Amino acid sequence: MSDTIQKPRVATAWLGGCSGCHMSFLDLDERLIELADKVQLVYSPIADVKEFPKDVDVTLVEGAVTNDENEEMAHIIRRRSKYVISFGDCATTGNVTAMRNRFGNAELIDRAYKELADLCNSVPNDHTFLASLREQAIPLHHLIRVDAFLHGCPPTPDEIWFAISELLQGRIPVFKTQFLRYG
Amino acid sequence: MAVKTLTINGEQYSAQEGESVLSVCRQNKIPIPTLCHLEGLSTVGACRLCLVQIEGIPKLLPACTTKVEEGMVITTSNQKLDKYRRMIVALLASEGNHVCAVCVANNHCELQDLAYEVGLVRVRYPYLFPKKSLDATHKEYVMDHNRCVLCTRCVRVCDEVEGAHVWDVAGRGIDCEIVTGLDYSWGSSQTCTECGKCVMVCPTGALFEKGVTVSEMEKKKDFLKYIITARQKREWVAFTNE
Ligand code: SF4
Ligand code: SF4
Ligand code: SF4
Ligand code: FES
Repeated sequence: MSDTIQKPRVATAWLGGCSGCHMSFLDLDERLIELADKVQLVYSPIADVKEFPKDVDVTLVEGAVTNDENEEMAHIIRRRSKYVISFGDCATTGNVTAMRNRFGNAELIDRAYKELADLCNSVPNDHTFLASLREQAIPLHHLIRVDAFLHGCPPTPDEIWFAISELLQGRIPVFKTQFLRYG
Repeated sequence: MAVKTLTINGEQYSAQEGESVLSVCRQNKIPIPTLCHLEGLSTVGACRLCLVQIEGIPKLLPACTTKVEEGMVITTSNQKLDKYRRMIVALLASEGNHVCAVCVANNHCELQDLAYEVGLVRVRYPYLFPKKSLDATHKEYVMDHNRCVLCTRCVRVCDEVEGAHVWDVAGRGIDCEIVTGLDYSWGSSQTCTECGKCVMVCPTGALFEKGVTVSEMEKKKDFLKYIITARQKREWVAFTNE
């Protein structure tokens, strides 16, 4: 297994997003096989690893920072990764995740668990296993330092492939030109 | 009319007296980002995106409202101007509620295009997430204040071209908002002719037609060019100033 140790250590994380960015990542299709040859995926919602590992080269982070768990995770990611990439519009602008910011948390929880519930319309009484919502969902770079931004809702597989290819060649991808887009 | 000669980005150009710096630049394909300006409407110099540097003048001046003068030496792009333009677009993005992914104007929006033009990779300012309203009382159209950038194009087109003057600007600073009449609902307006001109000139997804969904609201602004030449020259052709 000595060769795997040399491969760049890549992680992907899922904060407050819909997982669409990860779906788009899976849409790399056969390029995933090529990717598996080139990198070691050390942490990801699509891999069964419980704890975010140390000494990660690149982490793609999907989603806004919307609860205390995301916040803690973002700090861990920053401490343990050389490069942190905001992966998609929710991480970059707050996007759909931040649409709730105009309403208070109590109002929001009532709407989700009472008004719109078909059955058992009540707020769950045992909250202890749920992460608690921040007052506002914020973009990742408003909490931690971010090295590059991969835009789009979601970013297309081609955009993701470009980002990863650049990073694998030791360059921080610049999305200023053809890949800069919102929505 | 007298001809003026001036220097833009180190090159010599000539222009007609009374012309704006923006108009000379547009004719000569020198890019300057604009938002509030729209050919055919009066000029208000509100958005400041078109700021240029003119030698001998300590302030930056908007290209759309500044008239050419003999011997002017103009710079349309440098590090400082580019930075200010990025700041302006970032401030516009942070003071509204822009969720492009679910917006009717996605991919057909001048604010998005500006963000790309100025290279706005991320917004550093805190987003304000203001509590703005949406007026869907009109039979045909919707006004979503969350996406309004206060360019006042709607106000001007309705007043100057349609002659209905439905829109106005109320409030100050962060509370500034476009209002219908004396701030009642659009649907109850006695003056709106339902012509749709305001919807078409609106650069963003703030004004849109009912029934459109994400990315479907394309704005067609060409009608303005025809109306303006029809009025000035009594001919139904588009003017070709730009
Ligand atoms: S108006 Fe433009 S910038 Fe605002 S959400 Fe819609 S597409 Fe995005
Ligand atoms: S539809 Fe026409 S008349 Fe009505 S507000 Fe818009 S521009 Fe004015
Ligand atoms: S509604 Fe549209 S045209 Fe009117 S001020 Fe707002 S952004 Fe400009
Ligand atoms: S376009 Fe000149 S100030 Fe808006």
